[in-house]
Amino acid sequence: MTETATPAAPAAAPAAEAAGIYKQFGSTLALRGVDLTLWPGRCLGLVGRNGAGKSTLVSILSGIYPADSGAVRFDGQPAPAHGDTGVWRRRIATVFQHSMVVPELTVAENVFLGRQPLRAGRVDWRGMRAQAAQVMAEWGFAIDVRLPCADLTVEQRQIVEIARALAAGTRCLLLDEPTATLERGAIERLFARVRQLAASGVAVLYISHHLEEVFEICQDVAVLRDGELVLTSPVPQLTKDDLVTAMIGAGPGTEVGASTQYDTGTRTETGKSTGNGAGPARAAPCLVVDDVSAELPGGRVSSVSLDVRPGERVGLTGLLSAGVSSLARIAAGAEPYTAGQVLVDGQRLVPGRRDLALRLGVGYIPEDRQRDGFVAPLGVAENATMTITDWLASMLGFIRPRARAAAAAPFARGLSIISAGLGQPVAELSGGNQQKVTVARALARKPRLIVAITPTRGVDVASKALLLAELAAVTERTGAGLLLATDELDDLVICDRVIVLLRGERFTEFAEPPFDREALIAAGEGILRPAKGDTS
Amino acid sequence: MSDRPDATGTTVADRGRAAVEAALQGRSRSAAAISLIREAALLPVLVILLIVGAFLNSAFLTVSNISGIGQQISALGVVVVGESLILLIGGMDLSLEGTYGLAPMVAAWLIVPVSAFGSGTKLNPFLGILIVLAVGAAVGLVNGLLIVRGRLNGFIVTLGMTIVLAGLQEGIVKGNTLFNLPSAFTYLGAAYIGKVPVSLIVTAIIFVATGLFLRYHRVGRAIYAVGGNREAARAAGIKVDRVRLGVYVAGSMLAAVGGLMEAGRVSAVTGQQGYQEGIIFAVFAAAVIGGVSLQGGRGNMVGAASGVILLGLVQNILDLANAPNYWIEAIDGAVILVALVLARLIGGEATAE
Repeated sequence: MTETATPAAPAAAPAAEAAGIYKQFGSTLALRGVDLTLWPGRCLGLVGRNGAGKSTLVSILSGIYPADSGAVRFDGQPAPAHGDTGVWRRRIATVFQHSMVVPELTVAENVFLGRQPLRAGRVDWRGMRAQAAQVMAEWGFAIDVRLPCADLTVEQRQIVEIARALAAGTRCLLLDEPTATLERGAIERLFARVRQLAASGVAVLYISHHLEEVFEICQDVAVLRDGELVLTSPVPQLTKDDLVTAMIGAGPGTEVGASTQYDTGTRTETGKSTGNGAGPARAAPCLVVDDVSAELPGGRVSSVSLDVRPGERVGLTGLLSAGVSSLARIAAGAEPYTAGQVLVDGQRLVPGRRDLALRLGVGYIPEDRQRDGFVAPLGVAENATMTITDWLASMLGFIRPRARAAAAAPFARGLSIISAGLGQPVAELSGGNQQKVTVARALARKPRLIVAITPTRGVDVASKALLLAELAAVTERTGAGLLLATDELDDLVICDRVIVLLRGERFTEFAEPPFDREALIAAGEGILRPAKGDTS
Repeated sequence: MSDRPDATGTTVADRGRAAVEAALQGRSRSAAAISLIREAALLPVLVILLIVGAFLNSAFLTVSNISGIGQQISALGVVVVGESLILLIGGMDLSLEGTYGLAPMVAAWLIVPVSAFGSGTKLNPFLGILIVLAVGAAVGLVNGLLIVRGRLNGFIVTLGMTIVLAGLQEGIVKGNTLFNLPSAFTYLGAAYIGKVPVSLIVTAIIFVATGLFLRYHRVGRAIYAVGGNREAARAAGIKVDRVRLGVYVAGSMLAAVGGLMEAGRVSAVTGQQGYQEGIIFAVFAAAVIGGVSLQGGRGNMVGAASGVILLGLVQNILDLANAPNYWIEAIDGAVILVALVLARLIGGEATAE
């Protein structure tokens, strides 16, 4: 990669430098020969889609993982040995997306966490408070260092983390999606702080999904794609389109699913007949989300409305933190909501009551299959039929294993679940087959509405195609609606329309396939870019 | 499934079809055999104990001794069933010990005359048996509500409850022992049908019924699902909280029945029945030796029963071998540890974790 981002006045050696970094996890090559340079006094934006290798690179730069090959240097010196955390901390500090302050401790204690100043073998509390206050004053942060961190706002906790880095003498700061949890005003103040830090000679690496932020505060930008650094450039020389193109890799106008071949065969018919057709025979929606708001750990949802009609397949996408999975979980009854209402077939869904949602006819394919998808020690048949035990049981509630196997067998066949028998514990299956069991469990009860969250994540290509085809086929055959929440754009190929969320709000809708990859990604980043595809 | 000639998924399905069909037809006998071995993991140990016992003392393999063992372990066995249910949903209940003492105590106190330290209410003994069950259900309900609805830690809740119950038990009779129990009340623990103790028959029925319930009933299967992965069970629409609450109530009621058996066997209720003999340790030991996982979701009644029998045999052998009184608890404890190791070796990774 050619270094085009030479600073105006190269003061000295770069503050931090990664050269030829390779990193492999299992069979996945996460980083392939990445070179990255942080100069004192400059803010470098690092962008890339999910899975491009950003977090791996951050982890290597902050000393959490060792690189397989390649070198990390600070101020021209080789990096400390892996595992020597104390020394790394003085070289480079990382502010993670999720707060790393200890809420029970005071601000001063958090600033000096793990390296409290000592006097005569005991913690020098007064000295620690004084030094912490001095750091705060020096940088113009107005926080009382005696407060416990539990009493601070999210913004203030972030300041504590930055102060911790500065107090350690670090002149190199990694900010990993620092705005993901902040309000508008707080973001503005953070930007002012970052500019101030850069102006005083600190090198900043700013990782963000929001491209407009990169344009606002970064001098340089680097783009990672599939573990490679594909672009490094001073920001003023680029347009947003250039960045999006670099992130996606292909030329403009690519459609989702173009690289992978699957076709449900009947898309056009359904799209017209049951879905978006403007005819008078529009069926009543099987899912109505009406002005729903919720504050959930997985992301905020604010005043979102949408509906799904029988037989219709609606995609829901956006960044991970944008509330995509939160909204889907709410629709499945797996999470409560605080305002608005959710109707399934016209009946109100009691917030957070998954058992009632199931009986209203909502099939649910959860995001994290290990956590929510199956009971590992139980068998394939038992997991697949877990939603229909009331149908299988006799009057007294007893279930014949044979009836259970008979109920599970069609799903095992249809989804090609490969196991050593329907009694085999799901724990022993491969990831793809585990996911098929989870899907079978959702489909077994003949749902009126299927809520699927990233149903193909971590699944091999063949199973991915099969799962998507099966979901599409089921909606064709049974007239069930599908709400497909995903950040894997290829999944959206089976959808009739796609709704994009941004920061928990409904941002835009793509009304008709084919969907333009670039436009979808740009929309997820908060940029409206009507490509030749039909966007609204 | 319908034909989807256009979907590449179909061709993938074709490739996997052979494997899928094999799985559907083959019914994997080896897997079934393995699970049978796991369930009967303690059988060899029990056989060895029987042989050792027979060599040590000729009185060991006699009908009266064996039925005596049966009567001794019945009360423990019923409590083990209750604790196993609670362990299966991923909980734990220390206060079964307190319920085991308090439930028969309250009933007996209402039944026996003032001269036998009763309340003087002179309750009908059959109603007394209902009181036993009601006290058990009430304790279980309070535990369950605190743990499930109040989201408190089960260990601490039931530890506190144990102390409360023991205090109530001691306080009601002010340290005295209730005696003169009517025969209807002691029947369950004291009576024999032929040479077989009634308590053993009832305990065996409880084990078999619970085992069948766990294996074949939809609520029994829900218990495994909740214990195996609570979130997945919830996502599958199982009423997780209701199942957990119900199991706490059922477990406590079983402990109360165990207490009733013990009261009948000794035909008295002391102010310390239950915690005097530290029965909760034997309960946990039997369940865990029998392969009921403390993590929840794994274990069955065959295992739990063999754990109970093992403890009973060891106790009996130590008695018959005239083990020195002062050392008997140390030996007892050491045997439990050895049994745990053996159960792990035979039963594999998942046992005794």
